[in-house]
Amino acid sequence: MMKIGYGELFWGRALLLGLMAFTILPFISIFVTALHPSGTVPGGLEWPADPQWGNFVEAFKVANMTALLASSTFIVIAVVPVSLIISTMAAFAIGLLRIPGSRVLLSLFVFGLTLPFGGIIVPLYYLERAMGIYNTRLAIVLPLIGLYMPFAVYWMRAHFVNMPAEISEAAKVDGASTWDLFWRIHLPLARAPIASLGILMSVWTWNQFLLALVLVEDPTQRTMAGALGAFQGHYATDIPLLCAGTILILLPTLLIFVLFQRHIITALLQGAVKG
Amino acid sequence: MTKSDNRPAAAAVSRRISRSKMVRRETIIGWLFILPALLMYATFVLLPLLLSIQYSFFRWNGIGPMIWVGLKNYRTIMEVPDLLGTIFNAFRLVVWFSFIPVGLGLVVASVIHRVATGRFGTVARTVLFLPQVIPLVAAGIIWGWLLALPGLINQVLRAVGLGAITRAWLGDFDWALPAVGLIGIWVLLGFCTVLLSTAITKIDPAFYESARIDGASWFTEFVKITIPLLRHEIGVCLTVTVIAALAAFDIVYVSTAGGPGNSTAVPGIQIYILAFTEQRIGLASALAVMLMVLVLIVILPIQRLSREST
Repeated sequence: MMKIGYGELFWGRALLLGLMAFTILPFISIFVTALHPSGTVPGGLEWPADPQWGNFVEAFKVANMTALLASSTFIVIAVVPVSLIISTMAAFAIGLLRIPGSRVLLSLFVFGLTLPFGGIIVPLYYLERAMGIYNTRLAIVLPLIGLYMPFAVYWMRAHFVNMPAEISEAAKVDGASTWDLFWRIHLPLARAPIASLGILMSVWTWNQFLLALVLVEDPTQRTMAGALGAFQGHYATDIPLLCAGTILILLPTLLIFVLFQRHIITALLQGAVKG
Repeated sequence: MTKSDNRPAAAAVSRRISRSKMVRRETIIGWLFILPALLMYATFVLLPLLLSIQYSFFRWNGIGPMIWVGLKNYRTIMEVPDLLGTIFNAFRLVVWFSFIPVGLGLVVASVIHRVATGRFGTVARTVLFLPQVIPLVAAGIIWGWLLALPGLINQVLRAVGLGAITRAWLGDFDWALPAVGLIGIWVLLGFCTVLLSTAITKIDPAFYESARIDGASWFTEFVKITIPLLRHEIGVCLTVTVIAALAAFDIVYVSTAGGPGNSTAVPGIQIYILAFTEQRIGLASALAVMLMVLVLIVILPIQRLSREST
């Protein structure tokens, strides 16, 4: 059988444990710090004499968490379903219908895959002022839909072109219209990649910072990550409160991660490999 | 005769007509399917992209008239050390955000494959992946506190007798960039590890079995089998992490805002400062265009290398 020495077993596991500690300790450190009295500057890892659980309540209030949760949820709900629908339709047409110019279109979308958001943020700001949507939630929603198109179309197209051609041919012989082909046949078969894409775009939207920072001034109209930026600006000096607020803002993503762990990891990995 | 000869031909013609009609219908419907996605992409990505290029040839403060200056903004970036320095800083970040997580991720993935195939390995992968799902802003805030003077890092250093080197890491001219880099490692290591570790399990076990029967060391196995067979996945990791480094914004903005001085200023941060605090839209746009071209120049060879047949 396999020959693996005890020495290697020991050092290998020690390395893994060390890296796990490196990953986890920061979370523990801010948690412990959040329990110290507001306004003090405690050590990095020091259990407080009198844990201040009230800090979380306080941070919940000053960060206006209810409004933030509502705002982020609204943005996710406005972005993700629309992006899923229009990207799936476009990918279906590019991947399965014979349309002159579809190769050029595909390269146009692929070109957007590597585009840093920072590259277009300045004109976006002036464009949105001109359109009158600056400082509203639409200022985040509309560009995000556009920015997700390269990845979403590329991702869904990869699914459609891998479907056996017989499926479409058989449906056409039976006299199915293009719409039937899409709605009755290919959409039900694409549930899994659509679900993964939906998870990915939800996480990205929730965590989106730059667009929120530049295009929306009012923190309660922003995404969670954007609001956290504003919260840091106000409470940078009150470390326990800042840590409590950070934990509150992390909590929803961590919870969702724990619940859908396997889906999220698979989606993120497939996303990277395909992209 | 002629009539009966004509009939199938006529049928074929009419079939061809209806076929071409069908093709035309399919084309029209196809374009209708594509239109909404294309419209959103064109309006909110391609149009701003073209505007970026346009702005980069003008001097403009965002309100007054735009003055054509040709290539002057690009020349300014090449000549002013603080501006050109942001591009060098971006490349220095690549070492921390990309080379170290990918290299270490490869080692960790192969270690998991050899000594922790069971439950322990699964737990290790999930734990390492955690930082990937939280907002980068949160990562920046957490580490801003850990790397502060009273923070955990200095506490640990003091505990192991290295009290002499403690400092406010993010406020130190020499150490701020590596400190930001450390945050990048924390965020990206899990992503690389999990991706590479999943790929290793797909390698034909026969390779490893025969190597192990020969008593191959971890290192031989790593260099001779793991690295060559994971070429494509290594390429994917490099692509994702290099983009994360060159286009970095969130972590840097929150932890150092580019300081102290300009020691951690990267293009993303500089574009933001130029456009929204200094109102130099033309210059900001020129830097934005350079950033986009830079990312393309760096990513294309990586893609080509990793796609080549193994």
